[in-house]
Amino acid sequence: MPKFYSGAEIVFKCLEDQNVSHIFGYPGGAVLPIYDELKNFNSIKHILVRHEQGAGHAAEGYARSTGKPGVLLVTSGPGATNAVTALTDAYMDSVPLVCITGQVPTHLIGTDAFQECDTTGITRPCTKHNWLVKDVNDLAEIMHKAFEVATTGRPGPVLVDIPKDIQFQKAQYKNYRKLKKLNGKSHNNYSQKNIDELISLISKAKKPIFYTGGGVINSGTKASELLRELVYATGFPITSTLQGLGCFPADDNQFLGMLGMHGTYEANNAMYSCDLMINVGARFDDRITGKIDEFSPKSKKVHIDIDPSSINKNVKVDLAIVGDIKSVLTSTLKTLKKSKNNFSKSNKHQISNWWEQIQKWRSKRSLDYIGSEETIKPQYAIERLYELTKDKDTYITTEVGQHQMWAAQHYKFNKPNRWMTSGGLGTMGYGLPAAVGVQIAHPKKLVIDIAGEASVLMTMQEMSTAVQYNLPIKIFILNNEYMGMVRQWQELLHDKNYSESYTAALPDFVKMAEAYGCVGIRAKTPEELDDKIIEMLNTDRPVIFDCLVDKQENCFPMIPSGKPHNQMLLGPKDQKEKKITGKGRTLV
Amino acid sequence: MANSKSAYSFAGKKQKSDTHIIVVWVDNEAGVLARVVGLFSGRGYNIESLAVAEVDQRQNISRITIVTTGTPQVVDQIKLQLKKLVPVHKVADFKREDKNVIFKEMALFKFVANNGKLNKAFEACKNFNPVILDQTNKSNVIQITALRREIDTMSKNLKKFGLVSVSRTGAVAMTRGSEIFK
Repeated sequence: MPKFYSGAEIVFKCLEDQNVSHIFGYPGGAVLPIYDELKNFNSIKHILVRHEQGAGHAAEGYARSTGKPGVLLVTSGPGATNAVTALTDAYMDSVPLVCITGQVPTHLIGTDAFQECDTTGITRPCTKHNWLVKDVNDLAEIMHKAFEVATTGRPGPVLVDIPKDIQFQKAQYKNYRKLKKLNGKSHNNYSQKNIDELISLISKAKKPIFYTGGGVINSGTKASELLRELVYATGFPITSTLQGLGCFPADDNQFLGMLGMHGTYEANNAMYSCDLMINVGARFDDRITGKIDEFSPKSKKVHIDIDPSSINKNVKVDLAIVGDIKSVLTSTLKTLKKSKNNFSKSNKHQISNWWEQIQKWRSKRSLDYIGSEETIKPQYAIERLYELTKDKDTYITTEVGQHQMWAAQHYKFNKPNRWMTSGGLGTMGYGLPAAVGVQIAHPKKLVIDIAGEASVLMTMQEMSTAVQYNLPIKIFILNNEYMGMVRQWQELLHDKNYSESYTAALPDFVKMAEAYGCVGIRAKTPEELDDKIIEMLNTDRPVIFDCLVDKQENCFPMIPSGKPHNQMLLGPKDQKEKKITGKGRTLV
Repeated sequence: MANSKSAYSFAGKKQKSDTHIIVVWVDNEAGVLARVVGLFSGRGYNIESLAVAEVDQRQNISRITIVTTGTPQVVDQIKLQLKKLVPVHKVADFKREDKNVIFKEMALFKFVANNGKLNKAFEACKNFNPVILDQTNKSNVIQITALRREIDTMSKNLKKFGLVSVSRTGAVAMTRGSEIFK
């Protein structure tokens, strides 16, 4: 006699088979049969969030810090629509998520039933694929395929919409079997000839640069190791996008810092002037390239990416290598060692002028800022936070805005999967729930959300989640009472018309922390900052840290986009010394 | 800086656009057309015409033929983005000028006029395989198959013969010779 399981049981059996240990969710009418089954599956722990968007971002934090897919479970209608922001965020930043939504019973679909919405229709543009399960016999196969689609190729979110009657109906469970290639969509599609071409370009280059991105991190920790090996083996400089931070040690001399709109002077200049650009798992995003027509005009461009549609999407490249970073880097290193052993030594002379030039750019010290003894400079706060936490294996999440850029500039990442930030979609409110997810995945590690006071209020309710599950996350708020990045753009581009960017009526974050049942700490002066940070680190409970910082500080350096980008604004220190003119060839 | 009021860059140089016929083989499942069409609208690509129907009942494969215009970069993106969709099996792309490919559209014309005009209308259609599908003493319905531009011209020119209604399909395409697209 074959055994029959309800749809709800099948959902959990699939999750078990996929080694899912945590799901983030919020119950509701259309998923109650699944919630009812939860008690029978002890290996799966459910984390109750306070808003479905929080479930999505927590699952993202979980996924990005572990490399495993994040799973969320929400109800129909508002449950699903609340999750849309997180799904879109995951889609833009290539984070593997499996979102399970309840749906009204099949016979009510299309009748505008209570809490009905066209979930698959709404989420079609923000998922890699989605399914509406109409037959319980298809459920197991769809669930497994969902995991496969989410995690293979360029990772991303998927959604499985399960009507309530399907959750009750019974079917046999189909075991997980690795499906054949999805419609023949292969991921590695390069040849040794491509690799040979790359090596030939590498050996000819006089002004080379590696430009690396989140693809390296998505390819697994091994890919980061291989990248380090390749960068050392070539002696080339390397810069990273926001999402790629951590795949190469930030304190290494070959690292030029982040590039792009708020990237360093040396990284952006090197991108502009190079003769060979090797893009490893980045996507020529508009925050990186600035004006496309004048992007790195004299370079040969190589693009290594697993997603064929990323190639030539924004920038035309000379050599495209479609494949998983790990396997492409393995082949490249093998070929390089075989044909040019000791390349970094033999090639040193060829790129020595380039390095000299880079040192000149570096001497600008573009991340410098004017310190203060009265007010806490936000950059100083991040620097101190880094100094006091660098010996711990710290996980950092952020919200979106100035604090995010300062964190990217001043916190130095040395390992992959330690930096979780919303880059593509730029979702304010991402960091707090993401920190919840990271802490769930790494219970013993230090997890800090570097936040702005405006962003963090968007998902503040998730502090309850942190308290409920004893997650000692640290919410480090750089509080300048403004939507800082908006204020900065208004100052620079809209004649200081600070339209609606002041966050009036802010709550008292310390009291708020107490209200949530966690710990609130406030730092007001540079003098007390270190002690307060140490107090935060010594607290084994969730902490909201209200760091009152300079309200007028702007985030520099900066490429003001919208114009031909041969103008990079440096910080006030440099501006005082001499006004930057358009001649500085500084752009990406 | 003074004139720039945007956090985004301005549009770069425009390349020349060409007309392409994109043929997509997909699993015939719920929502698949919405995925394909949504990809076009979501990314701002054009659809000039669209034809879709199941072509393989056993394997449930539908064939979607889309006429679109775009720069070479955009057409490349369309193909690559389509190939990423899970239910898509393969994607072919033909330029309209391609001599090795046959393109055809079908149109139904309804004429309401006297017999003399109706005859002239049929006469005018004779280069495009006209078939009379319905006839009364004061009207008829003629089916023709032709290229898009030819049908455009016909529907303009036939007004004088009492053309009152036009219904037309999108283009469908097939390669010439014995070869098939893999």
